[in-house]
Amino acid sequence: MKFSIVSQRRISVRGCLQAAALALAVVVFMGAGDDSARFKDLGHRMMCTCGCGQVLLECNHVGCQSSDKMRNQLLAALDKGGSNSDDLILQGFVQEYGPTVIAAPTATGFNRVAWIMPFVALALGITFVIYVVRSWKNRPAPALADGILIPRGSELDEFRQKARKETDL
Amino acid sequence: MSQIGSFALLLALGLSAYSFLAGLVALFGHDASSARLGETARRAGIATFAAVLLAGIVLVVTAFNDDFSIAYIFHHSNRDLPAAYKFAVLWSGQEGSLLFWSLLLAGYGFVLRLRYKTDQRLFAYASVIIASVQVFFLLILNFAAHPFAIMQGALPADGSGLNPLLQYPEMVIHPPMLYLGYVGFTVPFAFALGALIMKYPGEKWIQITRRWTMVTWCFLTVGVFLGAHWAYAVLGWGGYWGWDPVENASLMPWLTGTAFLHSVMMQEKRGMLKVWNMSLIFATFLLSMLGTFLTRSGVISSVHAFAQSSIGTWFLVFIGLTLAVCTFFLVANRSHLKSEHKLESLVSRESSFLFNNLLLLVVCFTILWGTFFPILSEFVQGHKVTVGPPFFNRVAVPVALLLLLLTAVGPLLAWRKTSVESLKRNFLFPAIGSVAVGGMMILFGVRPWEDPSYFYATMAAVLSALVIFTVVSEFLRGGRVIAGKSGQNLFAAMAHLCHRNTRRYGGYIVHFGVALVVIGILGTPFNKEVEKEMGFGDKISLGPYTLVCQSYTQDDNPNYGNEWAIINVFRGGKQITTMYPERRFYKASQQPQTLPRIYPSFREDLFLVTDVYLVYEGKNETTGRPIIKAHLNPLVPWIWIGLIIMVFGTIVALVPNAAVVQVAATTPVRAPAHVGAGD
Repeated sequence: MKFSIVSQRRISVRGCLQAAALALAVVVFMGAGDDSARFKDLGHRMMCTCGCGQVLLECNHVGCQSSDKMRNQLLAALDKGGSNSDDLILQGFVQEYGPTVIAAPTATGFNRVAWIMPFVALALGITFVIYVVRSWKNRPAPALADGILIPRGSELDEFRQKARKETDL
Repeated sequence: MSQIGSFALLLALGLSAYSFLAGLVALFGHDASSARLGETARRAGIATFAAVLLAGIVLVVTAFNDDFSIAYIFHHSNRDLPAAYKFAVLWSGQEGSLLFWSLLLAGYGFVLRLRYKTDQRLFAYASVIIASVQVFFLLILNFAAHPFAIMQGALPADGSGLNPLLQYPEMVIHPPMLYLGYVGFTVPFAFALGALIMKYPGEKWIQITRRWTMVTWCFLTVGVFLGAHWAYAVLGWGGYWGWDPVENASLMPWLTGTAFLHSVMMQEKRGMLKVWNMSLIFATFLLSMLGTFLTRSGVISSVHAFAQSSIGTWFLVFIGLTLAVCTFFLVANRSHLKSEHKLESLVSRESSFLFNNLLLLVVCFTILWGTFFPILSEFVQGHKVTVGPPFFNRVAVPVALLLLLLTAVGPLLAWRKTSVESLKRNFLFPAIGSVAVGGMMILFGVRPWEDPSYFYATMAAVLSALVIFTVVSEFLRGGRVIAGKSGQNLFAAMAHLCHRNTRRYGGYIVHFGVALVVIGILGTPFNKEVEKEMGFGDKISLGPYTLVCQSYTQDDNPNYGNEWAIINVFRGGKQITTMYPERRFYKASQQPQTLPRIYPSFREDLFLVTDVYLVYEGKNETTGRPIIKAHLNPLVPWIWIGLIIMVFGTIVALVPNAAVVQVAATTPVRAPAHVGAGD
């Protein structure tokens, strides 16, 4: 009986993890696939090369020569049809403008490190904080002088109620 | 005039060097002569302020006198520059802004040295540390970036003018606010390092610096947000945050400073996290310096690259030295920072502060990592990569949402231990309310499953609502109790409540402001824009608004020539305003600049307030008609309202408590009782 409860728990934990992974995948991969959505998506994955430091579709500097040209290039690339994949289009821009045209590091080679490190830091940080909190919680209470007792259980609840009454605003 | 300025800077360097060296020597002695030497060091520190102030005044006067024999004035001013921008010449370029930084530091040092009687020994240490930072800045000013350097060759008839991007009213206020924040963190840093070096007993140094830290944090907050507003109102792309390296540089010390303001409460209340708090304030100061290094070194390309030079090396050396000194004393005096860490429960205020610090630092690390990754990439791969908004939005936003959750939950957890009953009592209604907000968003057509940006917007709305509801419920609960006992009306009772514990309720107000800022940001995925060439009477439909071009014209003044369109804005068939998007051409610098016009629709819709944002894109040279780009930016005004509330909350937290409530204990209880949430 005990075994079945444990295994049910494992199953439910596994189920929760699977559901979480599915939800994450939905969030990461959701998005429409039509041309206007692709234009919006790709246009936000590239930088304008005029030096303004803005994402391609958000650059509207007066007289900016780069963004209009690049947007037209992107539209032309999308017009070529389905054979021109997103990666291929981005590659074309990289060849023409250099790797800095891509607005964020790609998920390849050393660039993966850029994406991984913040989450590694978060995971390490959470692990460390949990470890610290648990070790502080498990630390024995400081020894008290003889004759002084720490109230526990219902006695402590009584003190708590009393304190609430006396300090209640 | 330039000789007076140069002399004042040299004098200031001499005085600050004396203040540092004499103060340092005096710290080692305990006799009367050491005390006298320390007093002369203190007075030299005060005199430094007078000398730097004189240099600053001279620079501003030369700007008003159009003295273009001084290279700095030639490069950052011209005869027809409006008076406000001539005054702002002090922070318009590199040399001036370093002088301004030095002036602010001397000003902070001046106030600190006047208040030395609070704790003479600790203040003497802090004074020496501030003097050392002052020496560093004055060395740069005298030998690497001299603001009074003389022009070579023939004297020019006019200056080359101020960068058009900087000719906006916020130029007068944004840099001073930001610098007050950056420089201000030197004070808590100096007290912390001083307390560490002298093994200062107790937590008094924290109480002494609490107000300094909060005021500094408030200045930095205002500075960061004014920068965002400036970008929004001037750059003409309808955005307020571009994750530019220099923007990031201002956010990093803000994040660690915020973490410090929270975790320092653990040290005050429980004597915990002593090493951590020292490290946080050291990190905040170093990150402030790093921001200056980024702005001036040119190691990372930025739109703020107007101040690149070789002085980056100076900053790098200074940052390295400071880091070495801080690390040395942290290790050498670690026994002094030993504290008794004991937690009664995982669900407690202490735990929430630890997680709050963790998340703030992870966001800070992410920004630091993203900012410097291009350099690392160049080192490893041989070429730079861009780390732009898509990276930061994807990585920092989820962590920021977790932080928002803690902002809602953390303040209502009790110190030591929170009972399930208390959790239910505090969170039931706020949780129901926030879920209802999410439901309403879906009901009104937001589909979080269709696009990640909608998902994040929905999550941000739900969590902001949770923050707001928890804050409001706390005020209502406390206000009702006071109203019941004193007979005051609810609002008076809530004000009374606030005054009883200003720090706690001021903090709640700041959190409320943060939630409003997030609400302002979450409107971004729903922005709309239309671009059209507009002749007389031509219309643009944008959401509920109709924009009609009434006319377009041009004008000229000594500083710039301009073209603008006159656009009437209608809603529901009724004209609500007229807007004048404009494009200027500055004569001295020969550079164009757009000036968008913004109409926040407070009167039509307070809660779903929307900015109508018009940009004069240019002119069709064939037809002569203006090209207008119209943006509809929902909720953006809440960002600026949120800032005002954050500032108000900080001011409330700075006000001393009305009275300390003392309850006579009838039974001696040695073990602490677990009561509700404290401040």
